[in-house]
Parts: sequence; C-alpha cells; structure tokens
Amino acid sequence: MKTLKLKDSEYEIKIGEIIRIKRLTALEKLFEIILPENVYLNHVPGQFVVLSRLGIGEAPFSISSSPTKLCSFELVIRNVGRLTKALHDLDVGDKVGIRGPFGKGFPVHILEGSDLLFVAGGIGIVPLRSLINYAIDNRRDFGRVNILLGCNSPENMLFRNEFNKWSKRMDLNFECTVDRADPDWKGNIGVITSLIPGINLDPERTFALVVGPSIMYKYVIAELLKKGIYERQILISLERHMKCGLGKCGHCQINNLYCCQDGPVFSYDKIKNLKESI
Amino acid sequence: MQWYAVMEKKHFNDFISEIAKGQKVVAPVAKGYHQFAFEEVTSGDQISLNYIPTILPPKKYFMPQNETIATYDTSKGQNMKRVVEYEELVLFGVHTCDLAGIQCLNIAFSEHPKDINYNIRKSKITIIGYECNSYCDEYASCKLVHNHLPKGGYDLFFTDLENGKFIIHPHTLLGEKLIRKLAFIKKADESDIKVLDALRERKRKIFAKNEVPIEHEKIPELFDKAYDSKVWDELGKQCLACGNCTNVCPTCYCFDILDELNLDLKTGRRYRKWDSCQNEEFAKVAGGESFRSERASRQRHRYYRKFRYPIDKFSRFFCTGCGRCSRACMANINLKETLTKLVEEQGMKNPNAGDRG
Repeated sequence: MKTLKLKDSEYEIKIGEIIRIKRLTALEKLFEIILPENVYLNHVPGQFVVLSRLGIGEAPFSISSSPTKLCSFELVIRNVGRLTKALHDLDVGDKVGIRGPFGKGFPVHILEGSDLLFVAGGIGIVPLRSLINYAIDNRRDFGRVNILLGCNSPENMLFRNEFNKWSKRMDLNFECTVDRADPDWKGNIGVITSLIPGINLDPERTFALVVGPSIMYKYVIAELLKKGIYERQILISLERHMKCGLGKCGHCQINNLYCCQDGPVFSYDKIKNLKESI
Repeated sequence: MQWYAVMEKKHFNDFISEIAKGQKVVAPVAKGYHQFAFEEVTSGDQISLNYIPTILPPKKYFMPQNETIATYDTSKGQNMKRVVEYEELVLFGVHTCDLAGIQCLNIAFSEHPKDINYNIRKSKITIIGYECNSYCDEYASCKLVHNHLPKGGYDLFFTDLENGKFIIHPHTLLGEKLIRKLAFIKKADESDIKVLDALRERKRKIFAKNEVPIEHEKIPELFDKAYDSKVWDELGKQCLACGNCTNVCPTCYCFDILDELNLDLKTGRRYRKWDSCQNEEFAKVAGGESFRSERASRQRHRYYRKFRYPIDKFSRFFCTGCGRCSRACMANINLKETLTKLVEEQGMKNPNAGDRG
C-alpha cells in the first residue's frame, strides 16, 4: 500500500477560529467563526458547513448568519452528541475545521422583488435567520416581509434580543407564538399554523420560506396553500443526516435526491411527490 | 483495429507467474464449499477459474472497507494531511457482472464533485476480465440487466474456448503491453474467432430468457408502480437488518466518515468505511429522528437504488445481476423472487421476456 499526499480535495478542511461564543439556551450556543486571513465564506442563506474537531469527527451545521456579514459567520450548536459536547467545551481562540459551504440554499436572486413570508418552527430559525438578516440588510430589494416564529416554550427561544429588535421595526411584521407559556409570557399561545390565517398577503407575489421540524411541514404547507401561495413559491429546507456533503455517502438521500447537493432547500412542487420528503 | 490473441491453457500458470513478477496480482481463490474470494496470487494454480461470484466483489480494491483519507497530529493544531492510499495491482478473473459493477462505481465517483481518492486508486488497477460460458448458479440474473456479455470496462478479457485455448481480447494499450512480450501468447487466427462466435451464439441460447419474467426496459415502470407494494412489507418482516446485502453488493458505495485517535491521544486519522442503508442508524439525524425507521422502507430503498433511481441519474441499473445479495442473505431474501412477486402483483408478467427466439 502506497500513500500519496493531496494538496486539496473535497475532504480538505479550512481552519476556522472561534472569535465569540454566546450561550443562547441551556442546550444551544452560538459560535462566531473567522477563516484564516479573513477569507470570506461566501455562502448562500440556507447552505451548511461541515465542522470538525480532529480526533472526534465531523458533522453538518446550518449557517445562521447572513452572507452580508462579511468577515465571519455564525453557527448555532445544540449539545446533543459527542462532537457537539466537545464543541461546547471550546473557548474563544480555539480552532475548528470547516468544509463547505455545501448544498443549494435559498435562491436569493429569484426572491428579489417578492413579498417574503418566513415560517420558522423551533430551531428552524437557525438557518432561516441567515435569510431573514439577508433580507433586512437588503431591505430595498424585497416587498412586504412577514416573520412567523413558533417555539415550544419561551425558555427555548434562541435569539431573544434579535427578535425584540425585529418586532420593533416598522419595515417588517414579526409574530411569535409558543406551544407552552410560562407566567412571564405575554404573547401568543398555540401552534405556528394558528398565525398563518391572520396574515394579510398577496399570494401571487409571496414566497413562503419554511424551516422547522419535519412534523411541521405538512400542516404549515396546507395552511399556505389555503392562502393561495403557489407550490413553487413555497420553499422548505429539509433536515437529513449529511455526512460527506458531496452527494456520495448516501445518508441524506430522499428517494432519488441527495439532500446535501440537491437541497437542503427545495420548492414544494419539486418534492411533493417524493414519499420520503415530508 | 480490434484484434484477439490466443494462449494455450497449459501456459496459464506461466502467464500468471510472469505478470506476478512485476506487480501484485489478485484473483478468485477457493475458500471452502462454494465460497471464493479475490486474493493475492503468485501462480495460476492458486486461482479458481471456475468460480461463482466471490464473497466480496472487486469493489474492495476500488473502495476499501476502511480507507484513510487524512492523518493528523492534534498537538500541532487542527491541520490535517490529506492522503490517498493506493495500490498498483492486476485484478484477474473479473466476470462481466463485476465489470459492470466497477463501471457503476466509476460513474458514481466521477460525478461532480469527483472523488479524488477513488479515481486515483482506480487509475492504478489493471483489469483482466474472464467470461462465464454458462450460468454460475440459480441466483444470477445477469441477462435481465444485460450484463451476461462483455461490454468494456477491462484491459484484457479472457474467454475459455473449451478447446484447450483461451482467447484474449486486448481492449486497451495497457492490456496489450501486458501480453506483448509473452512468447506463448499469439495472435488469434480466423478459426479461433469462429470458435468464439459459436460460443457466444451458444451463450445467447443459454441466457435466452430474462431470469425474471419482465422486459428489461419495463423495469423502471414496474418500480414506478410498485412503491406502495405489499412486497416491501413482506421483506420488512423477513429482513434482519444485518447489512450483508449491501456489503456484498458490487455497486453499494454508501460510507461513513469517522475519526480514530491513536493511543497517544494526539495523532490520529480520518477514514471512511462502508456503511449500509439497512442499518437503523443510517438515516438518523442528531435530533433522534430516523427517516427510514422501518426495515420495509430500508429494503425498498435498496431496491430502488438498484432499479429506479440510477436510471434517471446514470441511465443504467445499479444491479449487475451477480446474485450476491441473495446468496448472502441470512433471511433468504431473494432478489429474483422479489422482482417476480412485484412483476406478478403489478400485472406485468411476460414469461418469454428477453427471448428473441
């Protein structure tokens, strides 16, 4: 057996340095990362990176910051497994390996000129936040912006400060609901689908951007179709276990599609007949 | 111009010893009753020429079970060295089903984004095919998927003319170079070609009907109809989810990427190893949800990855008809029987399918 060194390949990692860590909830932390020499990640909202710690392994994470944030990017990591536990133990200044960005994100160039209806359920806000902030930073390019957020309880809400800012803005409508309230909660109580009927929208010019747990899609999409939004204008991001990110390893396959290359963002008309999709 | 060479069978040992002098040769070797494996050989008498498909297909040389893709020393930071492990070897005795399997892997790993490790390994392997003059056993379905006759994918191709001679088809310059200097290999004359033609004609009769009563070109339609078939539930009840079928499949290439730290807890490697869509964990995400939690849906996925999805993507079946999945199944799930059940259920049975008379 001979060994050949490779200069570059799909499995090569770039070294990222953690420049900020913020605890969001008991389980989730936000990591802000820069690439060497301030190299721009140049992602599209909705794409993901594969992050690794040598000796432990690698896993895919959606990019939570907007590409309008030029010098760094943000990931939100929930402490659920061996790698994420190790990542939660890291400090500012520690290094991680980055591959990507991978996948097809939200087609921002196609969304230009349209009204945007964001529907985020639970940690679905993590990837959707990238596009929301992109839309806010390029506010002139879009029509009406509605943001609907559903969360199981107030203490699991991820970006409280940011949500407060969004709710004060006059150029967008932000609404939020929780499944279970606590005594301090003053907002809506109920599932996210309960917010959709009350939204005033022009279905022809609206794109719905939906990210949430898999159980949510069926119900939310049914409500959106009731509103008259076209199937091709309902864009959803599907969660699967991306491993290689290169459309090879097979883990993320949804019928004939590879979530990591063909997605994770799909328009509803393209996946509605795939039985493994939602 | 296409040409053929001939070699008398008595020189077979010399042929293998001759090429084994220069490089590693692997070929089918008997491993007990009805079991064969590709292993290193140094002379022809170690080789079982009359073999049924080996336990593992030749994919183990193209995409090893366990392949280092990077090495690192974490005491020096998060940098890793990307590596390709490769081996120069001559793969002797590859049946047409396995040649088709290698072609499937070539396609999957050359598709953008191209897999560098695979393609470098592949470039170091010389392939010598070997014709099956008849069926290997009752599990094969090579006619159904049109893999019973050679269609490229080799450097040299051997056919036993059953008259004491092998006829050899040099398909590439690499193959030609391998035999050019060997005095006991001569250019074939017309009479040899005639014997080959007659043998192929006889083969067409042996491999006349499709092993499953359906026309080759109707298989995608069968799978379009059969997604919600009861047959999958039956397979789900039978299946033990052991992953034997995917391990022995010449075209199953799903893998996992893992890290392994050495005992010094500093140095280590990143490697990929074969994985199987039949494992419950395979499609599970970090939150715990498994997107193919039922064995029935995992078996169905395997069949669709052989007979339906690659048709759209690569315009070919990813089943080579080798029969390994059926031979290796501990629960007696049989590919030919499964397809036959689907064909009957969907009313697409044609008992003479494939027979051109």
